[in-house]
Amino acid sequence: MVARPMTGQPKPGTVRAIGPRRPAPRSVADPAAGTRALVPDSATLLEMFHLMKLTRALEDRIERKLYRQGKIVGGVYVGRGQEAISVGAAMHVRRTGDDGHDDIVSPSHRDMAIFLLQGIAPRLILAQYMGRRAGLTRGRDGNMHMGDLKHRLVAFISHLGDSIPVAAGCALTFKMRATDQISFCFFGEGASSRGDWHEGVNLAAVMKLPVVFICNNNQYAYSTPTAQQFAVKRLSERAGGYGIPGSTHDGNDVLEVYDAVGRAVDNARHGGGPTLLEFETFRMTGHSAHDDAGYVPKRLFEEWSRKDPILRLERFLAEQGLVDPAAVAEIERRIESELDDAVTWAERQPYPEPSECLEGVYAD
Amino acid sequence: MALTTYVEAIRQGIWEEMEADERVFILGEDVGIYGGAFKVTEGMLERFGDLRVIDTPISESAIVGAAIGAALMGMRPIAEMQFIDFISCAFDQITNFAAKNRYRWGAGVPIVIRGPSGGGVHGGPFHSQNPEMYFVHTPGLKVVAPATAHDAKGLIKAAIRDEDPVIYLEHKYLYRRIKEELPREDYIVPIGRAAVRREGRDLTILTYGAMLYPSLEAAEALSQERGAETEVIDLRSLLPLDKDAILASARKTGKVLVVHEDTKTGGIAGEIAAIVNEEVFEYLDGPVLRVTAPDTPVPYSPPLEEFFLPNKDKILEAARRLVTY
Repeated sequence: MVARPMTGQPKPGTVRAIGPRRPAPRSVADPAAGTRALVPDSATLLEMFHLMKLTRALEDRIERKLYRQGKIVGGVYVGRGQEAISVGAAMHVRRTGDDGHDDIVSPSHRDMAIFLLQGIAPRLILAQYMGRRAGLTRGRDGNMHMGDLKHRLVAFISHLGDSIPVAAGCALTFKMRATDQISFCFFGEGASSRGDWHEGVNLAAVMKLPVVFICNNNQYAYSTPTAQQFAVKRLSERAGGYGIPGSTHDGNDVLEVYDAVGRAVDNARHGGGPTLLEFETFRMTGHSAHDDAGYVPKRLFEEWSRKDPILRLERFLAEQGLVDPAAVAEIERRIESELDDAVTWAERQPYPEPSECLEGVYAD
Repeated sequence: MALTTYVEAIRQGIWEEMEADERVFILGEDVGIYGGAFKVTEGMLERFGDLRVIDTPISESAIVGAAIGAALMGMRPIAEMQFIDFISCAFDQITNFAAKNRYRWGAGVPIVIRGPSGGGVHGGPFHSQNPEMYFVHTPGLKVVAPATAHDAKGLIKAAIRDEDPVIYLEHKYLYRRIKEELPREDYIVPIGRAAVRREGRDLTILTYGAMLYPSLEAAEALSQERGAETEVIDLRSLLPLDKDAILASARKTGKVLVVHEDTKTGGIAGEIAAIVNEEVFEYLDGPVLRVTAPDTPVPYSPPLEEFFLPNKDKILEAARRLVTY
């Protein structure tokens, strides 16, 4: 855990903070260069903790129980061990219920927490995984392939780098409308090798669009380690090639994620353009539920399990006197109970009618 | 009254939609200060500003991807491909993101992707292509290909107003060769409707784009030569196809010839032949024939390109064969 002074303040209205108000940066300063950190207040810390626990529990349910029971008909990709990135980042998404004011988010496939934070109920996510009509895609698509513009979520496609130009296009709209909305764009280090990624980052950089690029570098793209994915030491070094700020951070420290993303968000919101943030973490599973990750050296799992982001936050909260073992147990009990209900509900939902296959290809 | 060229008709259509709807904007390579490689966007930067007429890096995938993102945020983007050949660089964004979005999660992607297609100007393999069938094979897209200045304007306006992604193929050979008097009032040409360009009872030619003109010449020649009257139908939209118009004419004449500049294998003529067989087989008096480009890239040198492109004589030869059944 990085020690940081309890000063600074994120954008009012997004999160609560302790300390005097910090003027928002208005130039293209390197967001990582500042000395004062954005520190969430107690309520925000507890919200993040709850969200990380809920994410872990929901994905465990899906991967370790429902999938093995044959209740999930297709693939399962989870973000175990990587929860701090989506949580710490998406806490900065502005959510007021007003389309002309709210930010937009393009999550990737290991960003379950973002869906929860944007207001998608676990039961709907479970229905989605089970191919039920109540899922966000009414059975047309599976797992994390879901979006809902009412909840300001753009669904990704399996060709992962495609979201980058699309997120830039959302940001372009905000620029055209001269609002201070921003576009959050999540992807993995593997997606960064796609041509679309480079075209999208370059376009955003050239047009100085309000987008924050957030890379979950979990060290493996399926079986391919980062050494075979890119030759730079850190992925964020690429930012220089596009003329935008970039930095690499500990992705298993939710406070560091919160701080780095908060700065990039401030910069983008005030006309400073895009930032490329890389968060180092580790995929504590195979690529998908069927993959035992036999190609990953065991010691890496052991090493990274000691850096588990939820345990780290829990220790920090305990040190701060914000939780104790009884409180944690109570949080876990409530989450399990909520998920029991959600699974029961989802399993009762009907499948789509076969003929619904033909509907909705076009507007008319 | 003044005559309007095909290219000017496209420009007018875009201009009027941009005047009428502030959500409409255009992005692409050299569309701003230069006014587009073929001057389709000439004067737009000065009128609408650089946030609605956007010069982009050479990044077709980002052009289309950004258009998709903007469409999801409520805009009406027009993405220009400087030559339609380069649309292949954006294939994934078009066929996987734009085309499937509505079906997957209900969020429509009202974008227009347009650019100059077709040969006849010695553009060679990468400035002459007819890429329509890559997209006709993709549910969720619409594909249109106007042959007249009237339709060029009416279809670009319809495409901009459409709720779904539309691939708009403008034939560069027609840009300045076709001139017409256009209506003064606002109009659209509905997507999915063919037009009968010449009425006839003995034979049907189905075609689109630049091939309309040699088809009409062949029809006239056949009439003079044999007194056989050919119905020439301009498809205008390839996806959706106007099946009613195709089948009605096939029933009437019993003889169908499909003409297109696109290559033969997997061209839309094969699809039309299958539809005609399935739906009106008992009305047919002869085989459905095709006159198309051969299955090669589009060659550069004049004798090679002339050999490649369908023309009046090739169409007439097939029409003569068909009319004897």
